[in-house]
Amino acid sequence: MKLTKQGRENLFGYLFIGIWIIGFLWLTAYPFLMSFVYSLNKVTITGSEGIRLEAVGFKNYLNIITTDFDFINNLKGFLLDVVVFLPTILIVSIIIALMLNQKLKLKGFFRSVFFFPVIISSGPIINELLKQGASITPEFSGGVFSNAFFEASPLLSSAFFHLFSQMVIVLWFSGVQIVLFLAALQKLDKEIYEAAEIDGANIWESFWKITLPTLKPMMLVASVYTIVFLATFSNNKIIVQIQRVMFDTQKGYGYSSALAWLYFIVVSLILLIAFLLFKPKRERRKR
Amino acid sequence: MKNKSSKIKKQLLGLRFVDGLIFKIILYALLIIVSFVYLFPLLHMLSYSFKSLEDLLNPMIGQVPSKLYFKNFTDAYRTLAYFKTMGSSLSVTLLPALIQTFIASLVGYGFARFEFKGKKIWLLLVVMTYIIPPQVVMIPRYVLFHQLRLLNSWLAIVVPATFGQGLNSAIFILIFYQFFKQIPKALDEAAQIDGAGRIYIYFKVAIPLSIPSFITSFLFSFVWYWNETYLAGLFLGGKVKTLQMRLQSFVSEYNAIFGGAAADFANEAIRMAATLLIILPMLIIYFILQRWFIEGIDKAGITGE
Repeated sequence: MKLTKQGRENLFGYLFIGIWIIGFLWLTAYPFLMSFVYSLNKVTITGSEGIRLEAVGFKNYLNIITTDFDFINNLKGFLLDVVVFLPTILIVSIIIALMLNQKLKLKGFFRSVFFFPVIISSGPIINELLKQGASITPEFSGGVFSNAFFEASPLLSSAFFHLFSQMVIVLWFSGVQIVLFLAALQKLDKEIYEAAEIDGANIWESFWKITLPTLKPMMLVASVYTIVFLATFSNNKIIVQIQRVMFDTQKGYGYSSALAWLYFIVVSLILLIAFLLFKPKRERRKR
Repeated sequence: MKNKSSKIKKQLLGLRFVDGLIFKIILYALLIIVSFVYLFPLLHMLSYSFKSLEDLLNPMIGQVPSKLYFKNFTDAYRTLAYFKTMGSSLSVTLLPALIQTFIASLVGYGFARFEFKGKKIWLLLVVMTYIIPPQVVMIPRYVLFHQLRLLNSWLAIVVPATFGQGLNSAIFILIFYQFFKQIPKALDEAAQIDGAGRIYIYFKVAIPLSIPSFITSFLFSFVWYWNETYLAGLFLGGKVKTLQMRLQSFVSEYNAIFGGAAADFANEAIRMAATLLIILPMLIIYFILQRWFIEGIDKAGITGE
């Protein structure tokens, strides 16, 4: 049998990505839908294999929104973390990338130092360091995602404390972003700056008019990376709660699925906002 | 005289500010300060891990211990069951990382090389799998694995990796996709004219060319699996304990071994020694292979949108 050219492309294309498609349908798409189904049910485990669903409509969601103060508080803490950490991490990593992009001796050394936390930051390690007070500021709040300050003091000052107490954490979480921005900076042609200088632009103007716009696409990538990282970091109180509730005999899989879905919606909204902020502008072709 | 002062000024400030001496000094000062902040937790860990209980309690002793006290390390070593635990850590990190890297290259190659129908949609779905929090799919997956009796064994980690749904699989698929897109198709066509089949070309032409991407992807995959505790904790159900998990439950395990008498609690120094023991393998790997980590991000093409 002879295949057309398109036929061959289809055959080999699906041959290569086939295993991923199977995995996607089996281990991602199906569980994704099932967890929504669970969230609309009271799920009870019967025997060792069976699972019984009892439709309750949106009751799980209603219960969470009206009575689950744990979740609401954890969510507030998470939102505060994103609002404080995301801009700080972006700014810090852009500044460090700009510094590393200068003519430097020991450039490789500094780069390695700024990247090494990526290799060792796991939930338990960060926890252990925070417990010991290894962060340089004395008034650290006890956990990466702690919202103690949030509850104790007015919003603005709380954000301020939150930030400074966890400066080390911010730096430690910036490794990948620094390398991303550095890569973008290195692709920039030096001649553009020279041309701008001849046109009378100073360094300040060149930074705002040339450097930042070049980094904008990378800001989107870095933001998405940061948000996903914060959302799935194993110390995040919400995801810890979701796992704990799974094995709560009263609440069970149904309730924790509903938690997971609410969380998913919140994270998607945050990603959407980041996308709208940094989305690439359509360039006008015609003049 | 005037000439001389302007010369000094020129040296200090440079033609443009950025090549002057003042700028250089500020730059290095800032970089050194920031580096110090970065490294501080490590230094702290190192100095504390050598402190004896007396050193910890003595307010006169600051960061530097009075003498090197190695018992912290032997105690931590025993509590962690270091090499045994490292074995199980490796069994749920090394294998999934290897498999995940290979599958990602296969799928990335498929996306980069063939113009099949529905490619754009599948590619979009790959990106989506990165954005969906694992918590959403975790519970039904748990039920599924329970029914298939995959829970509490290394298979619970390896099976998702085999089907391209492992930890951050999407990133690795995109790395390989970007990489293979950069290789000119003419190379494949030349091999095809010589009579090589598509699969043969993948193994004999594409893989050898993408060794750097393989190394970088594998390293990141390995490090991420090594540091991941949330999903591993759920799917391994405490039956397979990794080093990270033992750190989480370090205090209670220490008490179980050493009896938890008043003088014998898991103090800061012992915990820091344990933490240091756990990050040590990663630090060694990083020290030797750091250029594959950092330049890998550059070269493997994550950055090329």
